[in-house]
Amino acid sequence: MASDTTVELPATSWRPGWTRPRLSPWMVSWLQVGPLATVLIVLFALPTLTFFAASFFDYDRVGIYPDFLLDNYRELLTSPTTWRIYLSSMRFALIVWAITLFLGFNLAHFLVFHIRSNTTRMALFLLCAIPFWTSGIIRTIAWIPFLGRNGVFNTVLLDLGLINRPLDILLFSDLSVVITYVHLYTLLMMGPIANSLAKIDRALIEASRDAGATRWQIMRHVILPLSRTGIALGSILVFTQVLGDYFVVKRMSGGQSASVVSALSTEIQAMQYPPASASAVLLVLFVGLLVAGMMRVVDIRRELVS
Amino acid sequence: MEYREPRPYTFYLLAGLMGLFLLFLYGPMLVIYVLSFQGPNGGVTFPMVGFSTKWFGDILKPGQIANIPASFGRSMLLSSVVTILTVVISIAAGLGFRRRFPGAALLFYLAIASLVMPSLLVGFGIGLGFTLLGLPQGLFTSALGAQLTWTLPFGLLTMFAVIARFNRSYEEAAADLGASPWQRLRYVTLPLLLPGILGVAVGAFTLSYDEYARTTLTIGSYNTLPLELYALISSDSTPTLFAIGTVTTAVSFILITIVLVAIMRLQRSRRMTA
Repeated sequence: MASDTTVELPATSWRPGWTRPRLSPWMVSWLQVGPLATVLIVLFALPTLTFFAASFFDYDRVGIYPDFLLDNYRELLTSPTTWRIYLSSMRFALIVWAITLFLGFNLAHFLVFHIRSNTTRMALFLLCAIPFWTSGIIRTIAWIPFLGRNGVFNTVLLDLGLINRPLDILLFSDLSVVITYVHLYTLLMMGPIANSLAKIDRALIEASRDAGATRWQIMRHVILPLSRTGIALGSILVFTQVLGDYFVVKRMSGGQSASVVSALSTEIQAMQYPPASASAVLLVLFVGLLVAGMMRVVDIRRELVS
Repeated sequence: MEYREPRPYTFYLLAGLMGLFLLFLYGPMLVIYVLSFQGPNGGVTFPMVGFSTKWFGDILKPGQIANIPASFGRSMLLSSVVTILTVVISIAAGLGFRRRFPGAALLFYLAIASLVMPSLLVGFGIGLGFTLLGLPQGLFTSALGAQLTWTLPFGLLTMFAVIARFNRSYEEAAADLGASPWQRLRYVTLPLLLPGILGVAVGAFTLSYDEYARTTLTIGSYNTLPLELYALISSDSTPTLFAIGTVTTAVSFILITIVLVAIMRLQRSRRMTA
């Protein structure tokens, strides 16, 4: 009964009882999404077009001048620094992606399939989520007294007699950058994957077990394929966060590495807007291609909207 | 008592992983909670030199580098406005997306693009636009706009998840019983979506309250709290920062507890009336 009406209704929103039919259904939708569209066009699309245009402008110490020059791109693409920074950012992104994927998937799987009580599941998930509510800046610097030369970690290792002198590579190194990223972003991977896993119909797993599948086969052929939306979404979030990072690299690498964005912000602070715009365009293209590649794996729109 | 299968060995492996992860998550946080009670002569690392609440007191004093109380006030104000706008706009858009309409795909991908765009670039674009147009930047103009490009896509995606679980037959029933569209929204749809809407509100508030990269190039003259903290990190090395961390964690903890209790109350009263 109920299902009959739900199937029939979305197509025809008009009911005999309605007395004031005025707008076609999609006009109503336009009114409803209008504010969102306005904000995104005025504050996201137009500003993006602004720096796209500015990337062709001329500039000197005094100001910027509308023009159509390719010099900004030529300088950007022929500079070895650009390539070095992109390589180093990509390396961080891949390492962090692999670690957060491993942690995120296994922890989400544990919460959704192994924990039997809803209250325990909720409590554990909240425990994982609560640090997310603390400022990222503070979570970043929280590692400094932990990893430093006289930090907690070194002290514990020394006291246990595992090392003779404090380890220097713990802080202000690539290691501390990766640790901080994992600390900040694992939840971004875990959340979407847990959401995907929770939607899997338990009957499917029962059925595969009844049909004689081993637990590994169920994982490989049932659970993994059904969680790919969550994996794709989490991967997109982690990749874009690391590639858009501004201060973790700056703060935790001890000045040894730069990120694409922190290099860009140096140009912005020097008011060199046209070259900054050119490197912004390059980064947008890079991230855009990456995200588009991941979206090919899964139709995020279909999975989310319907 | 139902029969319970014995736990597979992977349960113990994964439980161990969860334990280690929680240790990893909370270890450094606990260190800063402890260090925020550092004695007046102590520094930003161990050992503790006595015990005091001096650093908590310092938060309240406007310093030379950063004025924490004033920026906290601005942050609360801005985040509240961002939250209200995000909730209203996301609910409307989430309901709008239930029908097919021309441009739906484009708008969806615009929202995704706004979410994945490196944050500093969004702020850069807005700041550049304001500069080129000769407009002054401000808390409730450029900074508010920059934060909405961040909170709205999150709000929209949350609404999708909430609406996917929403059973439309309640709305149909209301319409059959003669409810006007407004009555349907006010008395049926919104109350049913309320727990999800609270989720959008909490999410929007925390995203906005902690926002740094989109706000830094659009804020104008007066900083929000994260921007003041950032200024403080670069120059200050006292446990004040840790004290701020402890206070913010405590505040979020209280906030989350309140919201959770509210959601649980809602669900219980619903179950009782159902």
